[in-house]
Amino acid sequence: MSASYAALWYLVASVCFILALKGLSHPSTARRGNVFGIAGMAIAVVVTMIIVYKAAGSNIIGIFAGIVIGGGIGSIVARRVQMTQMPELVAAMHSLVGLAAVMIAVAAINNPEAMGLANPIPIGSRLELFIGTFIGAITFSGSIIAFGKLSGKIKSAPVVFIGQHWLNLALAIAMVGFGAWFFMGGGWVPFIAMTAIAFLLGVLIIIPIGGADMPVVISMLNSYSGWAAAGIGFSLNNPMLIISGSLVGSSGAILSYIMCKAMNRSFISVILGGFGAEEGTQATGSGQKTVKSGSADDAAFIMGHAESVIIVPGYGLAVARAQHAVKEMAEKLREKGVSVRYAIHPVAGRMPGHMNVLLAEAEVPYDQVFEMDDINNEFGTADVALILGANDVVNPLAGEKGSPIYGMPIIEAHKARTVIVNKRSMASGYAGVDNPLFYLDKTMMVFGDAKKVIEDIAKAIE
Amino acid sequence: MVAAIDPIVVNLIVFVLAIFVGYHVVWNVTPALHTPLMSVTNAISGIILVGAMLAAAPAVFDWGGYMGIVAVTLASINVFGGFLVTRRMLEMFKKKEPKAKVEPVQNAKEA
Repeated sequence: MSASYAALWYLVASVCFILALKGLSHPSTARRGNVFGIAGMAIAVVVTMIIVYKAAGSNIIGIFAGIVIGGGIGSIVARRVQMTQMPELVAAMHSLVGLAAVMIAVAAINNPEAMGLANPIPIGSRLELFIGTFIGAITFSGSIIAFGKLSGKIKSAPVVFIGQHWLNLALAIAMVGFGAWFFMGGGWVPFIAMTAIAFLLGVLIIIPIGGADMPVVISMLNSYSGWAAAGIGFSLNNPMLIISGSLVGSSGAILSYIMCKAMNRSFISVILGGFGAEEGTQATGSGQKTVKSGSADDAAFIMGHAESVIIVPGYGLAVARAQHAVKEMAEKLREKGVSVRYAIHPVAGRMPGHMNVLLAEAEVPYDQVFEMDDINNEFGTADVALILGANDVVNPLAGEKGSPIYGMPIIEAHKARTVIVNKRSMASGYAGVDNPLFYLDKTMMVFGDAKKVIEDIAKAIE
Repeated sequence: MVAAIDPIVVNLIVFVLAIFVGYHVVWNVTPALHTPLMSVTNAISGIILVGAMLAAAPAVFDWGGYMGIVAVTLASINVFGGFLVTRRMLEMFKKKEPKAKVEPVQNAKEA
C-alpha cells in the first residue's frame, strides 16, 4: 500500500473519530458515535497492519500478540470496572498513552529507518521527538499519581513544601536544556536525562493538587495524552496520529477550561496547587452557630408532603455508592406524586460528568437530570432541596466578596423552601470554608453515610 | 516552478485545522456526557497504536522492536478498554428511553 493510499484511509478514519465526538452532543446519538469511533480505529489499525506487514515479516506475530493481550486486558477491565471508579480508570488509561509515546520515541531513536525516518534523524524530527517524549513522560507519571490519589492508594491531600515551584522551574529548565542538547545531536545521554526529569516533573506537578481539583487535573492529563500522540505523529510524519491527538488534546483542554470556570479558579492557580492545603481544618466561628439536625424519618415526612424535590448530588454520593438507593427513594416519592429532579454542578464528583454517569447507572432517566444553569431558577419554587454529600458547590458564601470561594457559580439550593443536607460530619468542604447554608432556619441536617440515610428515608416514605 | 511543500509544514496545517475541528465539535458535547467523552477520547488517543505498530516492525528486530511490542500492548488496552467502557456507559444513558416513554402511557390509562 502506497503512503498516499494509506493516508486517504487515515482520512476516512479521522472523519469517523470526528463523528464519534459529534455523536456525544446528545445521549440519543452517542452510541452511534461510539460505533463510528470503533470503525475509525479498525480502519486505522488494518491499514497500518498492511503497511508493516512487508517490513515486519514474522514479527507480525508479536504485534498480533500485543493487540490480543492488550485488548484482552482492556476488555476485562472495561467490563469489570465500577462506575464509581471511572475517574481512576480514566487516569490509568492516560498513563498508558504517555508511556507508549515514550517507548515509541525510544524505538524511533534506536532504529530510525523502521519509522520512516532518515538515519541520523534530521534535526526537525529530533525536536518533535523531544516534545512528544517529554509530554508523554509527564502524562505517564502525572497520571500514575492522579490514579493513586483517586483510588485512595495515595493520600489525596495536597503535598506542598517550601521552594516547590522553584524546584519545578529548575527541573523544567534542566529538561529543556537536555532537550536542546539532544536536539543539537547529543544522542542517548541527554535524551535519557531529559526523559527522567520529565517523569519526575509529572510527579511533582500533580502531588500538590488536592482531591476536589481532580476534575481539572484529569481533564488536563486527558489533553496531554492527546498532545503526546500528536507529538509522536509529527516525528513519524503520520497524519492519523496528528489529527487524533489534536482532537483529544483540544477536547481535554476544553474540559479543563469548563472545570476551572465552574470553580472560578484560573488554570494556573489549580496547577500551582496548595488551595486545599488547609483541607480538614475547621473554619473559625462554626462553634457559636447551631445546626438543626433531624432523623431520616423527619426527612421522609418533609419530602413525602412536598410537591417538588430537587436532589443535589456530590462526591459524598459517589463515595457511599448511594446512586441506586437515591433512585429507589426518588421512585417512591414519584409514586406519591412528588416531582423529583436532579441538579448537577459541573465539578460535582472527581471528573467531568461523574454524577451523570452514576445516576445513569442507577437508571435515572436523563430528562430528570439538569445542569446547574438549567435548574437554578427552579429552586425558588421548589419545596425541598436535598443535598447529598455536596458542600462547596451549594455554599452561598460564593456570592459574598472576600470569601475564598467568591465568584464560584453555585447551585442555589438555599432558595428552596426547605433544605435537607446529608453529610457524614460537620467538617468543612474541600475549600476549608464554612457553609452558612447549614445554619439556616430552614435547613435540616441528617448526619450519616449517604447510602444508609437514603435507604432509611426510602423505608420511612412508605 | 512550484517547489514541494515541506512535510513539517503540511503536518502543521493538519495539526492546526484538527484543533479547530476538535474545538468546535467538543463544545457541542452535552455536559451530561463529559465522562463518556473522556473515555472515548482515551480510546482515540490509543491511536498511538499505529505508531507502536511501526516501532514493533523494524527490518532488523532488536530490543527496540520489543519496546514497540510493549507499546502495542499498552495502546491496545486503551483502545479496547476505552471503546468498551464508553459503550457500557452509553448503554446506561440509552436504557431509560423506552421506560420514560412507557410510563406516561401507563399514567394516561390510570387517569
